[in-house]
Amino acid sequence: MTDRGYFGEFGGSFIPEILVATFEELVQAYEDARSDPSFWSQFVSLMGSYSCRPTPLTYAENLTKHFGGARIFVKREDLNHTGAHKVNNVMGQGLLVQRMGKGRVIAETGAGQHGVATATMAAKFGFSCTVYMGEVDVERQRPNVFWMERLGAEVVTVKEGTRILKDAINEAFRDWVTNMDDTHYVLGTACGPHPFPEMVSWLQSIIGQEARVQVLEASGRLPTRVYACVGGGSNAMGLFGGFFDDDVELVGVEAGGRGLDSSAHASRLASADATRGVAQGYKTFFLQDRDGQMRETHSVAAGLDYVGVSPILANLRETGRVRFEAATDAEVVEALALTMRKEGLIPALESAHAFVQAFKEAPELSSDDVILINQSGRGDKDIFTIADAFDDPGWKAFICEKARHYDAR
Amino acid sequence: MMLADEIREKRQERDILLMTHIVVGYPSFDDSLRVVEQMVAAGVDLMELQIPFSEPIADGPVILRANQQALMAGSTVERCLVFAEEVNRRFDIPFLLMTYYNILFKYGVSDFTGRMAAAGIAGSIVPDLPPEEAKDYLEAMGRNALEPIFIFSPNTRDERMRVIAKHAGGFVYCVARKGVTGAETSFSDEFAAYLARCRAATDLPLALGFGVKSRSDVDFLRGQVDIAVIGTETLRVLDEHGVDGVRGFIEGLR
Ligand SMILES: Cc1ncc(COP(=O)(O)O)c(C=O)c1O
Repeated sequence: MTDRGYFGEFGGSFIPEILVATFEELVQAYEDARSDPSFWSQFVSLMGSYSCRPTPLTYAENLTKHFGGARIFVKREDLNHTGAHKVNNVMGQGLLVQRMGKGRVIAETGAGQHGVATATMAAKFGFSCTVYMGEVDVERQRPNVFWMERLGAEVVTVKEGTRILKDAINEAFRDWVTNMDDTHYVLGTACGPHPFPEMVSWLQSIIGQEARVQVLEASGRLPTRVYACVGGGSNAMGLFGGFFDDDVELVGVEAGGRGLDSSAHASRLASADATRGVAQGYKTFFLQDRDGQMRETHSVAAGLDYVGVSPILANLRETGRVRFEAATDAEVVEALALTMRKEGLIPALESAHAFVQAFKEAPELSSDDVILINQSGRGDKDIFTIADAFDDPGWKAFICEKARHYDAR
Repeated sequence: MMLADEIREKRQERDILLMTHIVVGYPSFDDSLRVVEQMVAAGVDLMELQIPFSEPIADGPVILRANQQALMAGSTVERCLVFAEEVNRRFDIPFLLMTYYNILFKYGVSDFTGRMAAAGIAGSIVPDLPPEEAKDYLEAMGRNALEPIFIFSPNTRDERMRVIAKHAGGFVYCVARKGVTGAETSFSDEFAAYLARCRAATDLPLALGFGVKSRSDVDFLRGQVDIAVIGTETLRVLDEHGVDGVRGFIEGLR
């Protein structure tokens, strides 16, 4: 344990003694995989045959005309199998689990995307699978619970704490400290103790590697700015990973919820509300009170509703390499509506945060400029949440009717 | 006197010491104080005072819920420190603080340890702070003559046990098994081999915790470790029988 995964002052590995040996094993497996080129080619080939990689890059011509500024390109992570970038990390960790010879995987999930991806991977690789999900998220993302169960996973509803993503992470850790001999914890984002932030960012960097080549090919130049939403930070780290060495501005967009002055948000890096702390095994900016107790967060997008953020992104904010902004719930719904109408694209509510900021800035740039937005996931799967966000009367009537049918039976 | 020597001295009189645990402010500060009173009256030798944290990842459901309820009932770090000071003044046994690292970090490790020392606390147990991350903490603890209690677990290798022991003070807390607090532990032969590894790694007294809940558990540990730690089980007794049930339960253990 010499390298404990620090990025500036952030990161580290603050874990109970009982997990130290398990993390040593994981760090070893990760380092072996990373230094073995056959791992990456196996990963790329798996993603090509199982998950539609390379995902396309779409020129958003109508939105470009609409805003009259920079040319807008969209990286289509929504076209992955299971509907989001989450599957990149999950399949990569699945290959690692095979290498480590374990037979069971566990995961936390917020929006349910990561849980569905993990259940899918477990089905394909023949692992048994348990997914921890906060009670609040189970309610707002019930369809994903249905899919996880159908895929053969056990879904455990977490009723502790604030009953959202962070509480699901705590429960997954509690499972792991009991069952680590045969179990791997597939953490879903670029957070947690070393090596997770680094390892997840590495597996997600497939997004940025592809996108860089695709933008160059499609537009003849590198983007002026790239935009990604930031929950834990994995899709952002994945996209940004393609452009760290270029003169490209990187913009991370967090959940502004009901506004940064409302305290009902999940902006750790774009607001002044978060402070340095150590929880869930790592050091970063957390939304917490004076005593260090984690606060409640809010976002219309379950996948962005998290108290901490990738330690790598925390450091990139300190160094100024990445700029952070926030999009409110209302702005997100508006940007989603516009994107559907103009392009026929349906971004996930999470991804729509990135669109909000890109739309704010596109008009101030020239037609020589290129901007790139990561559509990290698809929204049509989240029909219940999005229908609620639009407060769609026809949909509500349909659900009531459906409920009557079930009641009548 | 150094905590380790104090423990060794007490062990001259008793073949096993008892350490108990409370979550400060659960279910209320008044009740916490009465529980401490009862435990001391029942002859407990040391006590862990847990400052509640919103993300107690190493704790099982019983202690987790006590953490949450204490926070909801208004337990703050400041009130816990004042409480620690008070019980230390009133009762003549060593008290330790147990909490997660964020509580110290947010307070300022240097200020926090200063407060601990001023309150007369003997040391602390911080389960999510392995020695590799503990540089600031160890310096501050040393400056204030406080004992940093570290943890061994059954999958800690011998070599690592020796590294941990180098940083440890007071005693070493040996976790009996995998998992979180509050589940069953089977005290088997394998377990004896683990204890022998712990014994070989350090001259400090050994405490054994996680799953100790009855007289027969304590009897089994006699002669094998210096301190038996009763954690979750006292919370269960408190929940089921109220404050008045605690004394009888502790007295029945030894
Ligand atoms: C579609 C989508 N985008 C983004 C996120 C946020 O996670 P991250 O910041 O790790 O990319 C989620 C999380 O569930 C998601 O489902």
